[in-house]
Amino acid sequence: MIHNDLIPLMVGVPLAGAFLNALLGRKLKGVPDLLGILCTMGTLFLGFVMLRLVNAHHVLLFEVGNWPPPIGIAMVVDGLTVFMLLTVNLIAFLVVLYSTNYMSRYTQKWQFYSLFMLMLAGMNGVIVTGDIFNLFVYLEIAAVASYALVAFGTERQELEAAFKYAVMGSLGSMFVLLGVVWMYAHTSTLNMADMAMVLRDGGSGEIVLLASVLFLVGFGLKAALVPFHAWLPDAHPSAPAPISAMLSGVLIKALGVYAICRLFYSVFGITWELSTILLTLGTVSMCVGVLLALKQWDMKRLLAYSSISQVGYIMIGIGIGTPLGILAALFHLFNHSVFKSLLFLGSGAVEYATGTRDLRKMGGLARRMPLTAGTSMAGSMSLAGIPPFAGFWSKLLIVVAAVQAGLYGYAIIAIVASILTLAYVMKMMRYGFLGNLPERLKGIKDVPAMMKLSMSLLALICIAGGLLLLPQVRELFLTDASKTFKAGTELAFRIMSEVR
Amino acid sequence: MSFLESYAYYVGAFGLILIGLLVILVKRNLIKIIIGLSILDTGVNLFLISVGYLASGTAPIFSREGIDSGSMVDPVPQALVLTAIVIGVAVLALALGLAVRLYQNYGTLDMRKIKELKW
Repeated sequence: MIHNDLIPLMVGVPLAGAFLNALLGRKLKGVPDLLGILCTMGTLFLGFVMLRLVNAHHVLLFEVGNWPPPIGIAMVVDGLTVFMLLTVNLIAFLVVLYSTNYMSRYTQKWQFYSLFMLMLAGMNGVIVTGDIFNLFVYLEIAAVASYALVAFGTERQELEAAFKYAVMGSLGSMFVLLGVVWMYAHTSTLNMADMAMVLRDGGSGEIVLLASVLFLVGFGLKAALVPFHAWLPDAHPSAPAPISAMLSGVLIKALGVYAICRLFYSVFGITWELSTILLTLGTVSMCVGVLLALKQWDMKRLLAYSSISQVGYIMIGIGIGTPLGILAALFHLFNHSVFKSLLFLGSGAVEYATGTRDLRKMGGLARRMPLTAGTSMAGSMSLAGIPPFAGFWSKLLIVVAAVQAGLYGYAIIAIVASILTLAYVMKMMRYGFLGNLPERLKGIKDVPAMMKLSMSLLALICIAGGLLLLPQVRELFLTDASKTFKAGTELAFRIMSEVR
Repeated sequence: MSFLESYAYYVGAFGLILIGLLVILVKRNLIKIIIGLSILDTGVNLFLISVGYLASGTAPIFSREGIDSGSMVDPVPQALVLTAIVIGVAVLALALGLAVRLYQNYGTLDMRKIKELKW
């Protein structure tokens, strides 16, 4: 473990970007785009630097204000953190590239970028922080920015969706805060590592169980696990396409899935009951999401339900809890970020060109928009789990992990859900991009260059993503992340002993 | 009586939390839903404060000789609650802003009439 001064920059750079944008972007035309690209490129670069450092030293620590951890706020970067940081910032960078063209339809581009950067700062903060109350603060920064971004178009449906999202989201945050207070009252510390130590020295019991339930509800709302999912199919389709891509691609994972993993694996220590709950929630999400996606005609709404179902896969992998299960879950998390952002950006491109999201009013777009159709096809194949694409490998690994752990029922459900996934993906491709071109859409053109570039890059990652499983690459990226789960509360012990 | 005395804050806090939840679930008016959120928020904040409260405790400052830290109230929840209140204000302002724009678009604050999105 070493100390590292770069960690706060993960939050600081996007935060500075947000404020500079608000200051300069209003007057100067090109500034918002430029700042957006520079900031996300900066954080992505920092992510790679940290990946190298973590590979060498395993854990990086930053003490805010030079106060040592149990008292001061700590920022901790380990394998899982760096994995999430890279995923989030990679998607953010590509989405910003896409927005430079797409957001020209809206006025007030600087407001969009300011909110976007705030959301990114919040997400990075949630990922790097080692303090449980700080986690709540960053969570709220990201969440409030995302409520505003869902309402960005200020049309009727967008406002309705944003209101619903804001009410349910802040309800979730309140549960998280209640859980934080409960844990503080029980352990009299806010530092996650310290808290894990206190709990290990015989503090667990009913109170921790109650706090676990509160956290599960709070973060479950953010992750849109099934009993708590009602806001997602409204909020994600209503937002502008880049924001849908960010929300479905990374926000529900950084705020929901990551926070659940961090608390339950590194602080509370996973138990049989908790992993059963995660498995059940995951399975229910997977089935409900896939069944509801089948009957949708709105392209983005279909994709939103598909997000619910795919987060279910990730939760199953995490619930299985074997090293292979965790590795598969993380790999699927990465893949889902890539292909779901790609598909949302593709649906945004379709809306940009045709002005509709209704699959019944489309058809034959592949002839007019070959690149959008091609990249969306790559994303869809990855989503459906067709062999050489990345999504196939991660789903296969989840099923294999379930079988190895003796959970045959879950494995069978996962396979059935995967077949149904193929069905709705086929529906989207068939009605959207294949078939006959309606008279009304004869004159449409493919989208501008930056949107094409961003979608092509994402499609390339979709195709080449399977290479992440090659032993040498896996060592760098995925294995370190899954070791965090295996270490569990040991991680806290290492940090605290180092500090003392 | 002594039960109520020692637990009055907790009872109050959870009462507020439950009232807030009930208002959010039952009411159909956007403004009332926001009020419910605000009550819930207040309940959680009160709980946060009462966790660190000490009956007849002193302020957590070594202002004069002879104060021992055992009789001080816990300062951490007070610092936390400030942050929580500020965040609550931000959420409240945003939700009210959305309610205003919804009213301009729909001409009503009734949740049952604002229903363009469906399953």
